[in-house]
Amino acid sequence: MFADWPLLSLLVWTPILGGLVVLLAGDHGGAQGAKRLALIFSIATFVLSIPLFTEFDTSTSAMQFVEKYSWISSFNINYHFGVDGISMPLIILTTFITVIVVLAGWEVIKVKPSQYMAAFLIMEGLMIAVFSALDAIFFYVFWEGMLIPMFIIIGVWGGPKRVYATIKFFIYTFIGSVFMLVAMIYMYYQSGSFNILDMHALKLTMDEQFWIFIAFLMAFAVKVPMWPVHTWLPDAHVEAPTGGSVVLAAIMLKIGGYGFIRFSLPITPDASHMLDWLVIFMSLTAVVYIGFVALVQNDMKKLVAYSSISHMGFVTLGLFIVFMIWENPANSDLSGATLAVEGAMIQMISHGFISAAMFLAIGVLYDRMHSRNISDYGGVVNSMPVFVGFAVFFAMANVGLPGTSGFVGEFMVILASFKANFWFALLAALTLIIGAAYTLWMVKRVYYGDVANDNVAKLEDLTPREFLIMSLLAIAVLVLGLWPAPVIDVMHASVDNLLHHIAVSKL
Amino acid sequence: MTLDALNISIAWPEIFLLSMTCLLLVVDVFLKQTQRNASYLIAQFTLLVTMVFIAVNMSGQRAEAFNGTFVVDPLADVLKLFICAVIAFVFVYSRDYLKDRNIFKGEFYVLGLFGVLGMMVMVSSNHMLSLYLGLELLSLSMYAMVAFNRDSGTSAEAAMKYFILGAIASGMLLYGISIIYGVTKSMSIPEIATSLLNQPAEMNIGLVFGLVFLIVGLSFKLGAVPFHMWVPDVYHGAPTTVTSYISSAPKIAGFAITIRVLVEGLGGLHSDWQGMLIILAVLSLAVGNIIAIAQTNLKRMLAYSTISHVGFILLGVLAGTKAGYSSAMFYILVYSVMALGGFGIILLLAKAGFESEELSDLKGLNQRSPWFAFMMLIFMFSMAGVPPTVGFWAKLSVLSAVVDINMLWLALVAVFFSIIGVYYYLRVVKIMYFDEPEDTSEIKNSTEMQIALSFNGLIILLLGVYPSALMSLCFSVFA
Repeated sequence: MFADWPLLSLLVWTPILGGLVVLLAGDHGGAQGAKRLALIFSIATFVLSIPLFTEFDTSTSAMQFVEKYSWISSFNINYHFGVDGISMPLIILTTFITVIVVLAGWEVIKVKPSQYMAAFLIMEGLMIAVFSALDAIFFYVFWEGMLIPMFIIIGVWGGPKRVYATIKFFIYTFIGSVFMLVAMIYMYYQSGSFNILDMHALKLTMDEQFWIFIAFLMAFAVKVPMWPVHTWLPDAHVEAPTGGSVVLAAIMLKIGGYGFIRFSLPITPDASHMLDWLVIFMSLTAVVYIGFVALVQNDMKKLVAYSSISHMGFVTLGLFIVFMIWENPANSDLSGATLAVEGAMIQMISHGFISAAMFLAIGVLYDRMHSRNISDYGGVVNSMPVFVGFAVFFAMANVGLPGTSGFVGEFMVILASFKANFWFALLAALTLIIGAAYTLWMVKRVYYGDVANDNVAKLEDLTPREFLIMSLLAIAVLVLGLWPAPVIDVMHASVDNLLHHIAVSKL
Repeated sequence: MTLDALNISIAWPEIFLLSMTCLLLVVDVFLKQTQRNASYLIAQFTLLVTMVFIAVNMSGQRAEAFNGTFVVDPLADVLKLFICAVIAFVFVYSRDYLKDRNIFKGEFYVLGLFGVLGMMVMVSSNHMLSLYLGLELLSLSMYAMVAFNRDSGTSAEAAMKYFILGAIASGMLLYGISIIYGVTKSMSIPEIATSLLNQPAEMNIGLVFGLVFLIVGLSFKLGAVPFHMWVPDVYHGAPTTVTSYISSAPKIAGFAITIRVLVEGLGGLHSDWQGMLIILAVLSLAVGNIIAIAQTNLKRMLAYSTISHVGFILLGVLAGTKAGYSSAMFYILVYSVMALGGFGIILLLAKAGFESEELSDLKGLNQRSPWFAFMMLIFMFSMAGVPPTVGFWAKLSVLSAVVDINMLWLALVAVFFSIIGVYYYLRVVKIMYFDEPEDTSEIKNSTEMQIALSFNGLIILLLGVYPSALMSLCFSVFA
């Protein structure tokens, strides 16, 4: 019954219009009305995204739910939406996380709550549009437009150094993306169209591919973020309000990974092949070095932020290891490469849930104690047993405990890396140890041990609202960990198609 | 000379405007200060009817009048409509400001309308002399308007600077025109173009010599680096209403004469002026964006921002293709609307005895007035070129015109400097949204102004969501 609906347009515009309605509702009477409206709109969007999954045809790699209208005729730019198995799960992740974020900000945000809720709803719409846009300029509009609400969120509701953090965030991302814009314009004059699928088919020389790849790398590496352009992330995370950190970690970083899959690999396969060592080097550095950096953090949010960078390293590793898998004469088929890319995808989704949960857990503590320093805590389990149950579960998922979603993605990527190069796999596998070290050490210092001070002793356990948020995320992590097959099925056809596409040189 | 050759009918908008302005000049003398609103209303009525005349006369054809010194074509129609509309908004924004400072006088409107007439003549000029006449009419009105607040020392200083530098620029332009006349034996723009076709190569040196002076003169008027020195001082020193006047519509007219002279007249020398414009454009982008960072005065910051926008417009012109001219035209129209809004916000916040022209005066605007803070946010992001505002489309179209002529490096330079530019626009947003207000008084302005300013901001947003109509219009003009 949904086949005829402009489902993607609805998904994009419901939250954006909802955001405007919430904005108009204002902050009267403690903004209860605005908050309820925000919750209704976010749940409505989530419900609307479910048919995307149930009606999805897993047998084809073609774009589905396509909508295409002429938008700017002078430049042949189209209003062009469509999803495949790669973008669809990320859209559902977005709609799910936004509901969580609205709930998480319910009582916490005291300053202009209606603007806060509206900013998140508008951002949700923009992010869904980024994942479903099939026209390069259309994509770019949402990609950049997304920065504005995030800039405001960090700047208005953030911590003490919020201004520095938010300007750094904006300028870093902006620098990365404008060169991508020039690359897109260049390709427009080669192919006569901004359609991403036309760009996939566009023949490009090695020189052209090289520079286009670099332009895309600048945009996406900043967004992921990859070492060495990751420095904006810890600042942004630490200063952002909890909801901002959650969206940043759970969704915005995924847009970088998505960009690699949608643009870099299929448009410039030969340059990706030539420069895969660079991306793999950056990824492994992130996995290992940033892991060590996480180990020495005193601030919980910073620790999780670095852990995010480290985990996202797996995503880029999985995406770019495919060329080495093919080059390794021991492999006869594509299956190793499929494993790598699907592992990267699962890792993105799983990290979306886990990092969201980790930041929310820190938010729960911060709302009570107004401190994120590890040294201010200790023995929280004595006063908040239920909360610590959840927190330890998410910490284990972050470490990659089998049975949680964290395990699936990392395991697949490491397994695939073995097919490419033993040493890469070994380095990647090191993260299981380093990750365990920094996560569990934090768990030990914050949740267990003796009660650190009177404030900790006086902590109250989860409210029903917080319990609901935590349980939703825990279920998601557990389901994806125990039974990832439906998600893999969804993306399988698209990933196969992608790999067949990039296996053919464009030269 | 017969009346047919005059072909007066296509100049009705200008004729009407001139008559009404003279009428206003006379009527205003007999008005008491309490009745001064009548002058304002007459001025607005004049602009409105002029726009109606332009719209009614629009035929999509090229027609000449006054023995070929005056031309009406789609380019002229569109630009004139925008000029009148923009100035009508400037008048709306100005009224409270002028009243608060006791300079609510009829002369403001008379001078303003004469300026509009000058701009319209510039836009329609098909002859170097009519072009020069229009330019001088505009410039003289603006010199007087800059000094409009007679008691203000900075205004007087700014007016002096503007007058002296403007006179030098006019001299340069006139000198260039005379050299071109010497070589081509004509001052009519189409005749110059045809004589260029049959020009023996050894005469080129004279033409290029004249061209240099023409470009210097035009750059002065547009405010391109290195002929930009007057811009920040004049923007800063002039009363803010006048700044919003100078920064918006006259740029459109400046673009028009650039097209008339360089493209329609000296199009044959494209390879010569392209190089000069590249230097001017790159310097404008660099100097405008970098120096703007150091400004603490919002008007000066916007002045440097204007300089950088002029750089972008020159990029479109120097491309030398139809797409390039169209994108430059799109850019200048969009720019004039953005500049109008930016200065509109300053005018909104200004009150008696308080100019509100420092960046810090915007502190905490989001808490004083979330709506107008949002409007300023739109203007700033639009100037920075961040989608979904229309400033992005303006930059996109100019960049794609430059990429199209295989000058990728130029596009990269432009993009690089617009990254620098983002910083100072963001700073304005930061001040409005993240800082605590120092002044928590309510914003008291006429509803009329608030509606106009809101409309101005929403237009930027709407054009950002649906730029196709305006863009197609600009492309059809040069088709």
